[in-house]
Amino acid sequence: MNIIDRRLNPQGKSLANRQRFLRRAKEQVVKAVRDASGKRGIQDIENGEKVTISAGGVREPSFHRASSGGVRDYVVPGNKEYVEGDTIQRPDGGGGGRGNEGSADGDGEDDFRFVLSREEFLDIFLEDLELPDLVKQKVKQSESHSLVRAGYSSSGSPANLNLVRTMRNSLSRRMALKRPRRAEIQEMEDLLREAEESGEDAEQIQMLREQLEKFVLRSRRIPFIDPIDVRYNRFESVPKPIAQAVMFCLMDVSGSMTEHMKDLAKRFFMLLFLFLKRRYRAVDIVFIRHTHEAKEVDEETFFYSAETGGTVVSTALEEMQKVVQERYPAEEWNIYAAQASDGDNMSSDNAKSVGLLRDAILPLCQYFAYIEVAAEHNMGLSALGRETELWRTYKQVQSPDRPLAMRRVRSRREIFPVFRELFSREKAGA
Amino acid sequence: MSVVITKPGTLLYDGVDWDYDKVKRVYDAIEHIALKEMGLDVYPNQIEVITAEQMLDAYSSIGMPLMYKHWSFGKHFARDEMMYRKGYRGLAYEIVINSSPCISYIMEENTMTMQTLVIAHAAFGHNHFFKNNQLFQQWTDAEGILDYLEFAKTFISQCEERYGHAAVERVLDAAHALMNQGVHKYPKKRSLDLRLEQKRERERQEYQDQTFNDLWRTVPKPAAGQRPPKSVSERKKLLGLPEENILYFLEKKAPRLEHWQRELLRIVRHIAQYFYPQKQTKVMNEGCATYVHYQIMSRLHETGQISEGAFLEFLHSHTSVVFQPEFDDKRFSGINPYALGFAMMQDIVRIAEKPTEEDRQWFPDLAGRGDGMAAVRDAWANYRDESFILQYLSPQLMRKLKMFSVRDDAEDPYLLVDHIHNERGYRSLRKMLARQYDLGYLEPDIQIVDVDLAGDRKLILHHRVTNGVLLDESDAKAVLRHIANLWGYEVQLIEVSSISEAILKEHAVTAPSGVGG
Repeated sequence: MNIIDRRLNPQGKSLANRQRFLRRAKEQVVKAVRDASGKRGIQDIENGEKVTISAGGVREPSFHRASSGGVRDYVVPGNKEYVEGDTIQRPDGGGGGRGNEGSADGDGEDDFRFVLSREEFLDIFLEDLELPDLVKQKVKQSESHSLVRAGYSSSGSPANLNLVRTMRNSLSRRMALKRPRRAEIQEMEDLLREAEESGEDAEQIQMLREQLEKFVLRSRRIPFIDPIDVRYNRFESVPKPIAQAVMFCLMDVSGSMTEHMKDLAKRFFMLLFLFLKRRYRAVDIVFIRHTHEAKEVDEETFFYSAETGGTVVSTALEEMQKVVQERYPAEEWNIYAAQASDGDNMSSDNAKSVGLLRDAILPLCQYFAYIEVAAEHNMGLSALGRETELWRTYKQVQSPDRPLAMRRVRSRREIFPVFRELFSREKAGA
Repeated sequence: MSVVITKPGTLLYDGVDWDYDKVKRVYDAIEHIALKEMGLDVYPNQIEVITAEQMLDAYSSIGMPLMYKHWSFGKHFARDEMMYRKGYRGLAYEIVINSSPCISYIMEENTMTMQTLVIAHAAFGHNHFFKNNQLFQQWTDAEGILDYLEFAKTFISQCEERYGHAAVERVLDAAHALMNQGVHKYPKKRSLDLRLEQKRERERQEYQDQTFNDLWRTVPKPAAGQRPPKSVSERKKLLGLPEENILYFLEKKAPRLEHWQRELLRIVRHIAQYFYPQKQTKVMNEGCATYVHYQIMSRLHETGQISEGAFLEFLHSHTSVVFQPEFDDKRFSGINPYALGFAMMQDIVRIAEKPTEEDRQWFPDLAGRGDGMAAVRDAWANYRDESFILQYLSPQLMRKLKMFSVRDDAEDPYLLVDHIHNERGYRSLRKMLARQYDLGYLEPDIQIVDVDLAGDRKLILHHRVTNGVLLDESDAKAVLRHIANLWGYEVQLIEVSSISEAILKEHAVTAPSGVGG
């Protein structure tokens, strides 16, 4: 008998099958994911999801008899009162005992439910989306390097000495040059001592002595470790791609922004955050809210604390510029910004905002998304194309070579489509 | 349960945790009982310890340790995993593979008593059955199956690389749909040796590669309609029709399949054939394994090798395995093969050793012959479920299980109780129950009856309808679509009454566009 422990075998043997299954059910899974993401809160968007798809697309048909019609006989256990010739009321939902058996496999024509892992969910959720300008425009990347092992070299610092390689070379050299081993010399010395003690044959002693001398000389001439044996680990420095991003959330929190609008903005910010997190190792978020003056705040304050005042957009842009200068040098960080506003701005501030955006902010950013949120019931008006103050202002700046995108969002349902539209692959870089 | 005073020194193990030494000790003790006292004859054993996740893995690929890749296995895994995580369904304690060496999986979560039970059940019970039952001897090649699966896996992944996932999936989907119609039910010329099978496939492939010459493509084809049309019977004879092994027919005769596509059909067909005996011996196989583990565990307990606590734990899980809910119970889902099998094995031993007057009448050869173990070994070797029940189901057991039969005629408003467990009903009940396990009766009788290769090449199938039960329409249509994909031309299925030869229903699927290459 053999006992074999298979527990440490590679796990996830069925992964390939699962991928095939997901590919097969792709359309339905994508639809299910979209539905699910519409329903659930943004906070737990990152969790896995139980999705239900109709069994139709993944049905495995076979020839089998229909579940009704014809004459069937069953033998079942547990008779209590029946005698031959008794009749039994037909139970609901099909034949006698066998009716239950059909549903016991749970297969049927029902919907098929299973759990998507978090990774799978996000993959499908964010499928086809691509970050614009993944490569930093400024090629100042030489600032940041990392060392990568790259073979061995014959020169280097003692700290990088590779002992294994060195000893291997040394050994092969010693063998090739027939350097006597220590044990051999020891043996020779023992022999000599024995011979001397027994006082035998002087010629023999002489010969041994000469040989020993030769051995010692040879071992002295051929060093144990020669400089040519020595090897060092070699490192190569490779430029490190910038793997960190900072995301600026700018939001107007003046009185005209309702809870509904803030909620829309929040959802958009969350999506962007999630998306950036998929692409960058580290993502920082900076929240800047503004009325007639701007302040960097924490998340809680950003979304939930009320503030009163007028609306001066340029203050937020200034604040952002300041934070970038202080903490996020553009050479080292990928900078993304999303601004949410209901479109109000003081008319006197428009010119200043345009200048700031065009000359200071956009050159720093990989991408700047402006989301104009509107009240849901209000859609008639803005849908008719009455452009808001800020929209008109930003429109002046928009041009194909500037990373600025503008969208209007009115209801929760639109958030994801707008987001997709902004980041879908073909649009990237537009 | 008799109380036996156990000497603590002779216990094989103590407590719930298991380790390799304990498993080894228990195995040796069980082996002694199984081979020396019960006279079992088994393949060498290989016991593999796996995790719950690996058990799920094994589940989803129909219990085989290696299997080719297909989305349907992923689907089963997703479903089983969901059921398991939600607690709707527990995992089997073991999976055992009909191979030599016989591989049994045991789960790491099991207690030592469960491991003991599993070793007795799988490594000796099932193992003995696999090695000795005539169906398995006749139809499966335990030595070669793992090698063949390895070959199949490699071959299919090579095909995926060469011809694309979609093309391979298309053929496999169709083959899976026809798996039940992919077995030879009667022995004829057959190659049991799956290793040889692999070698032949490799040679075929090499020969084709060597002799490939593109010029053949340019040779003008003979004009159609020159040959005199053959008579229907001649044509059928040439094609070996009627043929009930649809996969086999398509593999050999479908005009538009590529070589590798035929090979895929062949692989699925071989696997279907390998599992065919298991489908026909559910009751016997489980009955055998359950009887064996019960005997072994009892002996271990009697001889003081396991503690009272361990034996109670065993009894607890044993009784839930052989529990048979009655028909009006919410938990009822047909007859439990473990329960019926175990009860029948015990019954056979009882009849052989302590028969009643009734038994002597019903089983003149068996009753009182003594040595019940030899009697069940004999049954295990020579029967399948249907013939086993027909031969051995005793009136006493029918009374004990209170069996009765119900006739469900869709045209009547009521179900009719046909026979009950009394003098008049025993023989009919037994016959009906046996038929309930006859695959030939359970599975629809579908055969390929005609195809006109010189004409429109329409493939015609017949379903011989018994008792007026037709095929499930949407599934039948879907399977026909798969057949048409393989065949390349129109396919028609006619449902014919087996009594009156009247046509009850027709399904047809038109030729697929652009299939074949």
